[in-house]
Amino acid sequence: MVRHQPEGLDQLQAQTQFTRKELQSLYRGFKNECPSGLVDEETFKTIYSQFFPQGDATTYAHFLFNAFDSDRSGSIRFEDFVIGLSVLLRGSVTEKLRWAFNLYDINKDGYVTKEEMMAIMTSIYDMMGRYTLPSVRDDSPSEHVERFFKKMDRNRDGVVTIDEFIETCQKDENIMASMQLFENVI
Amino acid sequence: MAAGVATWLPFARAAAVGWLPLAKKTMPKPPVDNTSRSDEILYVNVSGVRFQTWKNTLDRYPDTLLGSSEKEFFYNEDTQEYFFDRDPEMFRHILNFYRTGKLHYPRHECIQAFDEELAFYGIVPEIIGDCCMEEYRDKKKENQERLAEDTEANEAMDAPLPPHSTSRERLWRAFENPHTSTMALVFYYVTGFFIAVSVIANVVETVPCRPPKGSVKDLPCGEKYQLAFFCMDTACVLIFTFEYLMRLFAAPSRCKFMRSVMSVIDVVAIMPYYIGLVMPENEDVSGAFVTLRVFRVFRIFKFSRHSQGLRILGYTLKSCASELGFLLFSLTMAIIIFATVMFYAEKGTKGSTFTSIPASFWYTIVTMTTLGYGDMVPNTIAGKIFGSICSLSGVLVIALPVPVIVSNFSRIYHQNQRADKMRAQQKVRLARIRMAKKGTANAFLQYKEDRSVGDRQSNSTALCVKNRSAFEHQHHHLLHCLEKTTNHEFTNEVNYSELCMTESVGFRTSRSTSLSSQQGAQNNSTGCCPRRARRRAAMRLANSTVSVSRGSVQELDTLHVKTTCIPPQTRSSLNAQAGDLKLNCGEQDFTAAIISIPTPPANTPDESLPPSPAPIPGILRNTRATAYTSDTVKISSL
Repeated sequence: MVRHQPEGLDQLQAQTQFTRKELQSLYRGFKNECPSGLVDEETFKTIYSQFFPQGDATTYAHFLFNAFDSDRSGSIRFEDFVIGLSVLLRGSVTEKLRWAFNLYDINKDGYVTKEEMMAIMTSIYDMMGRYTLPSVRDDSPSEHVERFFKKMDRNRDGVVTIDEFIETCQKDENIMASMQLFENVI
Repeated sequence: MAAGVATWLPFARAAAVGWLPLAKKTMPKPPVDNTSRSDEILYVNVSGVRFQTWKNTLDRYPDTLLGSSEKEFFYNEDTQEYFFDRDPEMFRHILNFYRTGKLHYPRHECIQAFDEELAFYGIVPEIIGDCCMEEYRDKKKENQERLAEDTEANEAMDAPLPPHSTSRERLWRAFENPHTSTMALVFYYVTGFFIAVSVIANVVETVPCRPPKGSVKDLPCGEKYQLAFFCMDTACVLIFTFEYLMRLFAAPSRCKFMRSVMSVIDVVAIMPYYIGLVMPENEDVSGAFVTLRVFRVFRIFKFSRHSQGLRILGYTLKSCASELGFLLFSLTMAIIIFATVMFYAEKGTKGSTFTSIPASFWYTIVTMTTLGYGDMVPNTIAGKIFGSICSLSGVLVIALPVPVIVSNFSRIYHQNQRADKMRAQQKVRLARIRMAKKGTANAFLQYKEDRSVGDRQSNSTALCVKNRSAFEHQHHHLLHCLEKTTNHEFTNEVNYSELCMTESVGFRTSRSTSLSSQQGAQNNSTGCCPRRARRRAAMRLANSTVSVSRGSVQELDTLHVKTTCIPPQTRSSLNAQAGDLKLNCGEQDFTAAIISIPTPPANTPDESLPPSPAPIPGILRNTRATAYTSDTVKISSL
C-alpha cells in the first residue's frame, strides 16, 4: 500500500505561514481522515461533494484537485494540502489571485481561454443543482463567461493572461474586499 | 455530521477563494467564531481509568453529552478532569466513536448495558456502523422478545384475579388455567378422563368380541354391546357439549374463540353424534354416517389442552410450514418423475404391476421413504437401475428439510423451558421482595415503638438509636410525616387481626390501593371481614409510603393504618371514595380502655366522597393492650 510521510515540521513551517501548533492540528485532522497520508482524486471528490449535496460537485472537485496537486502526482500529499491552504488563508492578495488563476488555467499554460473558463463556469453552476431561484438557464454559464472576459480581457485577444487578471482584479474593489473573507477559517 | 466532514470544512471554505474573482454579487460576511482556536487536551476519568483526548474530537458531535456543555456538570475542579462513574470498558467504545465516527458494538457485552451507556452519553444507537449493525439488531430483537415473554408471564394466568371480576371472567380464568382453583382442577381432570374414555371406547368398539349365543361369526364389540357403547358415547358428548358451551359463555371474545383451533376441534369432535341423532336410519345415508364417525377420533386432539408437549408440536409444525411445504413440493416432483420413468421402464414386462403412472406413484413413495413393502417390484434391468436411483434420492430429499424442523422444535421447546424457569424465578423473587418489605415495615413499627417508649423515658432514647443507617432514619421520618399528614398510624397485621377479632357488629373496614403500582397490583384480601371485600374504597396515596427503593418492586405489602382523632382531618393526600368508610374515633391511649365514639361519614372533609348510605351507628367498645382505636383503614402500598 502506498504510504507517504510528510517532510519535517520545521521545513513545513518554513514553507508555509502556519504556526507549529496549527500545522500539528492540521496534520492530525489530515492523518485521521487519510491514514495513508495521501488523498487520491476519488476520495477528494467524495469529500468535496459532501458539502454540496444538491448539485454535482465532481467536476469542480476535479479542477480543484488539480489546483492542489501541484506536481501532478495524482494524489494530494500533506505538503500540497498545507501549502495550498497557506496561500489561501495566509497569503497576500497577489498570491491568492495567482492561485485562482492557476485554478482556472486547466492546462497550466499560462493562458485562460474561453473554453477553459467555460468548463470551470459550467462545473460551478453544476454545483448549484437543479432547484434554484431563478432556475439556471442553459446559457447562464456562457453569459457569465462573456461578462468575465469582457472585464478581464484587456487586449481582446480571446485569452486572459495572469497579468491582465491580477491587474483587473486589483482595480475591482469588490474583489479586493472579499479576499479577506476567509482568513479566519483556521 | 461525520468527523470527516468537520475536518475538511475549513479546507472547502478556503478553496472558495477560487470563486471570488468570478462572483456576480458581493460575498456575505463570514460568521464570527469566538471559541478559542487552539486545541487542548481534555482529561476524562471514568471510574479511575483516565482517558485523554483532544477537545476537538469531542466537539465533533455537539448533540451528545461529551460534545456539549452537559459535560461541565461532571467537571471536577479539584482534579481538573471530567469524572464519570460508569463502566470504563464501555467508555472505550464511546470514545472510539468520537475518534473514528463509527460506533461499534462489542459482542461480548450485554445489549441492555450497552444501550444504557449509549443513552447516558446521548448517542443514538442507529449510527452503529454496518459492520456491527446486524449483530446489534439481532441481539436487540432477542432481548425484546425476552422482555415480551416476561411481561406476558407477569400478567399471565398465575396472577391473582382482579377483585371486581365477574363470574364470567372467573370462569374463563378457571378454564384457561386450571391450577387457580380446586373446582377448575377437578373439571380439568374430569374432562381429561372423559376424553380418554371416549377415545378408548371408540377403539374397543371395533375389537371382535365373542359372538352371542347362536351365532358363528365374530362380532365387533360395538355391535354386541351397542346400548352400553351408546350410553357411554352420549355421556361423553354431553360432557363435551357442556364444556364447550361453558367456554363459549366465558370467552371474552366469542368470535375469536369460535375461530380458534381448539374450539374447532371441540365442535368437530361432538358434531358426528348430533348428526347421527338427527339422521334417519336410512341404508343409503348410514354409509355416509359411518364415515362421519371417523371424526370422533379427533377427540384425541382435545388432549392438547392438557398437554404442553402436544402444543409445542403443533407450534413447531405451524412455524415450519414453509419447510414442510418445500419438502412436500420436492417430494411430489421426484415422485412424478420417478413414477413416469419406472412405468415406461417396466411397460413391456408381462404381468407387471406397474399398470399406470398413478399406480407407479405408490411404488415411488414406498421406495423413496425406504419402506420397501415389496408388493411392487421392478423386473427389468432398467427398472432396477432407476429403482435404486429412486431410493437413494429419496433418502437425500427427505433428509434435507428435517434438520430445520428439528431446530425449530428445539428452539420452541427451549423457549417453553425458559418460560417455566422464569415463572419459578419470578415466584422466588417475589417472595424475597415480600420478605424485604415485611422487614422494612417491621423496622418502622419497631422504630415507632421505641420512639413512643422513648417519649416517656427520655433517658432511654439512646436505645432507640440502634444500628439504624441514615437511610433508615430518614425513611422512617418520612413515614412518620405521612402519618401526621393523614392522622392515621401504621400498624401491622397482628394487631389488625386482633382488632378484627374483638370487634362486634356493624364494623366495616375499607381497603385502599396504592396507585404507585403501575401494574395495578391488587390488594390482598384479609382473612378477617371477608364479606366486606365486596365494597372497597380505593384510596390514592399521593406519596407512596412504604415503597422500598431498593430494586424493582412488584409486590404488595399490606399495612394497616388506623384512624386517630376525628376532628376535621388533614386528609389532603387521600381521596377516599369510601362509600362505606366508617371512622370511629377514639383516644389513643396506651394502657387504658378505649371508648369509641361513632361519627357519621359526613364529618369527613373530603368532598370526593360520594353520597354514602345511611351510616350505621358506631359501637362502644373496649380494647386494651394495643394503643389503637377501633376502626382501621387498611392501606396497601407498593
